[in-house]
Amino acid sequence: MSNRIINWFKFASPQSFYPLAGKMIPWFWALAVAFGIAGLWISFFVAPTDAQQGEGYRIIFVHVPASWMSMFIYLIMAAWAGLGLALKTRLSGMMAQALAPTGALMALLSLWTGALWGKPMWGTWWVWDARLTSELILFFLYIGFIALQAAIDDPRRADKAGAILALVGVVNIPIIYFSVKWWNTLHQGASVSLTKSPSMAQTMLWGMLIMALAFWMYSIAVALMRVRAIILERESHSDWVKELREVKS
Amino acid sequence: MNWGSAAEFFAMGGHGFYVWGSFGACVLFMIAEPILASGRQKGILRTLRRERIAEDLEKDTK
Repeated sequence: MSNRIINWFKFASPQSFYPLAGKMIPWFWALAVAFGIAGLWISFFVAPTDAQQGEGYRIIFVHVPASWMSMFIYLIMAAWAGLGLALKTRLSGMMAQALAPTGALMALLSLWTGALWGKPMWGTWWVWDARLTSELILFFLYIGFIALQAAIDDPRRADKAGAILALVGVVNIPIIYFSVKWWNTLHQGASVSLTKSPSMAQTMLWGMLIMALAFWMYSIAVALMRVRAIILERESHSDWVKELREVKS
Repeated sequence: MNWGSAAEFFAMGGHGFYVWGSFGACVLFMIAEPILASGRQKGILRTLRRERIAEDLEKDTK
């Protein structure tokens, strides 16, 4: 037991996390590709045509996972940022910084696929309703976090300022999530209620969950790639970085 | 199987533009982002290697 605790603390240092992340990246890529292929197969060849929306509803298989990830990554990013603020651990701020661009991308994809879904189904690319507006605010929060951190030269002060912004922004996540219940919006409620026949809802649900897993694995893989670069950038003058095999050769 | 032909598949029941626009954007961005991330990694490694060579040269001249 005590060994395990020591190990966790060991991996909380950038020096030992850097090689660990390097070892994990190929596994997460493999999982992302495997789930991605399975998810795409279900999206286009297993899931049947929707009774109301025809083939257009297939956008759900990327729209919902992207939206979920945009919210989930924000929570993880804020948690890392908060941890860094409370414990002053070096790795926390780097993790938060590594997650922000991927979260911003997910929010952008959510808005983009939502617009492309809204046009044929609602007849408009965009409406200023609660769900859409709060998701747009999430995108701006990511951009604000990235911009604020980029504007401050000292990484520790950048982490601190970014953490406060990230933590204040957390209030937006339940607003997005419950917006379809709290307000009358054009956006539909639960995605699964789209269909009438239960067997169809089942394949749709599976397709969505597998695609969500693919997006999840992708996010972990790409965030780990980015955190490795950030570790090297921030620790560039430490001895362990100078002794790395990839730096020496 | 939902599709009689490849043309039917790409047409997506008249929603081809929207469906492929959505999936296409996701695929495109999800290929671009890891390329950018690995470029960042390569960039910092290049800088570190250059700094190391500079340090070695400095030591040699002393």
